[in-house]
Amino acid sequence: MTAPAFSPTGIRFENIEKRYGGLYALRRVSLEIAAGECAVFAGRNGSGKTTLLRVASRLARPSYGKVSYLNGSAETSEVPAATGFVAHATMVYDELTAEENLLLFAKLQGIADPALRTETLLGEVGLLERRSSLVRTFSRGMRQRVAIARALLNEPSVLLLDEPATGLDPQGITWLAESLRKMRDAGRTILMSLHGESEISALATRAVRLDAGAVVADTTAGASLRSILTFAGA
Amino acid sequence: MALLSNTAVVLGKELRTEFRSRELLTTTVVFILMVVVLFSFTFDPTTTESRRFGPGLLWLAFLFAASLMLQPCFLREQNNDTLSALRLSVSAPFAIFLAKLIANTFFLLLTEILMLPVFAILYNVHILSVIPQLVLVFFLGSLGVAIPGTAFSAISAQARMRELLLPLLLLPLLTPVLIASTEATAALLDLNPELRRDWLGFLAGFDVVFLTALWLFGEYLLEE
Amino acid sequence: MAKRAILGFLTLSLVVAAAFASFYVVPMERTMGPIQRIFYFHAASAWAGMTAFMICFVGNLLYVLRRQQKWDWLGVSAAEVGLAFTTIVLITGPIWARPVWGIWWTWDWRLTSTFVMWLLYISYLLLRTLIEEPDRRALLSALFGIFAFLDVPLVYFSIRWWRTQHPQPVVMGGPGSGLEPTMRKVFFFSVLAMHLLMILLLSERYKLEKMGGEVEDLRREAEA
Repeated sequence: MTAPAFSPTGIRFENIEKRYGGLYALRRVSLEIAAGECAVFAGRNGSGKTTLLRVASRLARPSYGKVSYLNGSAETSEVPAATGFVAHATMVYDELTAEENLLLFAKLQGIADPALRTETLLGEVGLLERRSSLVRTFSRGMRQRVAIARALLNEPSVLLLDEPATGLDPQGITWLAESLRKMRDAGRTILMSLHGESEISALATRAVRLDAGAVVADTTAGASLRSILTFAGA
Repeated sequence: MALLSNTAVVLGKELRTEFRSRELLTTTVVFILMVVVLFSFTFDPTTTESRRFGPGLLWLAFLFAASLMLQPCFLREQNNDTLSALRLSVSAPFAIFLAKLIANTFFLLLTEILMLPVFAILYNVHILSVIPQLVLVFFLGSLGVAIPGTAFSAISAQARMRELLLPLLLLPLLTPVLIASTEATAALLDLNPELRRDWLGFLAGFDVVFLTALWLFGEYLLEE
Repeated sequence: MAKRAILGFLTLSLVVAAAFASFYVVPMERTMGPIQRIFYFHAASAWAGMTAFMICFVGNLLYVLRRQQKWDWLGVSAAEVGLAFTTIVLITGPIWARPVWGIWWTWDWRLTSTFVMWLLYISYLLLRTLIEEPDRRALLSALFGIFAFLDVPLVYFSIRWWRTQHPQPVVMGGPGSGLEPTMRKVFFFSVLAMHLLMILLLSERYKLEKMGGEVEDLRREAEA
């Protein structure tokens, strides 16, 4: 078995607060996700799931508190370059082709041999034949695949996904679940926000429920995965 | 150096996107043309009058055109949240601004150079002997427009009424650029053309001040 | 409460004293007659306005670096007060010019630069009305405020330089230039009085903004 091309990384949230004016999207959330865990965040809309993921990726800056990335015994507040983010928006350019998009981000991330990496990933997500088509012409499912390819460019040790199954048909969901399973089994840390039970939630090794910006249930504290995902009002 | 390579990559994207559709360039050129034609109705375009009013009107046209052309700069990055993708991928956040302002300067300069012969013909001014110098003035002036313009495009993309807001933020601030560029252009179109190094030096100084400010504060403009 | 009353009383007395001095203590100016007395009010307001804008700049910088709401409150209060004094300058200028030159506005370099500065800070306030979320509004307007303040010396310099090349009647002459001793004393006394007034208005406006900010926070929390 080949050694992973990344180093397993955990994330620690300490007293994370994110406010928008008087509105608290996250209220002093403290949480630690161990390296290699596949954590699912559940909660209603507005419970803070998206904000937590954006804070984890350093896209959003917390109003208070600290995010650290744990790599073995080392701890850093610098987001590891190898963090992949799949958001609700695709985060790819409609006016560029699938290949151009991946090449762009690969070069920005300083990946050695971007062309090869792009080709490899396009193959993995099954878009090689459409590599020279503008993303504008893609279906939602295909765009999601480009987004996932983009997130995987840098062999991320941490993968953050915000409701990644939205807009995917059942085939797409199966494909995504399979891809995530491979990543989980390879030791990558996964944090994803989901709405309910599915093939994807079945991959979870950890689940946390958020409500109004605070943690209300956690599998590490004894709650069951099922109860977190199917809480009334989800 | 990460900043330079990041900038080159994003710049490549900006140029490729624009040259694929050419929508910014064509609409900007047509806009300037319309303004130039409309201005012709406001005074008698003899050569002497044109020399007096022409440079100012030309630069006003460039400024108005720029405040429209700069709108999509960051607005476009809101589609599909590609700005977040850029922020996650670059190692030097300033590269995003640097690339965009280079691209914007280039597009502005291109439209200005395209308009120059049209202006010369319509307003009966002689430009052949001073074209390189005019291009220099246009370059420094366009840089002066693009630097704060790119910064404010990032601001207005996050506010309401952004179409009106960007000109409102940009135009008063660009007063020094308007004055310096107009004076330098007028001196070149004069009977005895002269390259006004003092005004060009001033423009260069303006560019340095705002480029530094953008370098210091740019990443806050993109914050979430 | 007592401090506020004392400051208010002190300010009022000084302003009244300055007004009295400018009418009765200072000798009549040779060429322009009684209308010249408006100079003490006009120039002192200009200085007070400029100080207010400097305070705004400091507030903007500190907000960007520290992200404490109080700096945002200071910034907007200082901008509004500065704008009020600048408006006085723009109104008293023409009032002075009309009897002396027969025209309301001469585009002299000082008044014109002041006008552009006025427009810049109007844009600052307009920007604030177009962003709803308080933290975003504070950050983006602070960044614009920094750019705007950096522009002010460039505006003054470019307009002044341009006007030395295209001279026009100058309103007022330099403050302090060719001022006879009594005039100079009264001038500085007026400057002091105006500054005190500026500080009084600033502190009241700040308190208002602080209350407003706290109420808004409570309202948003309650609505959530």
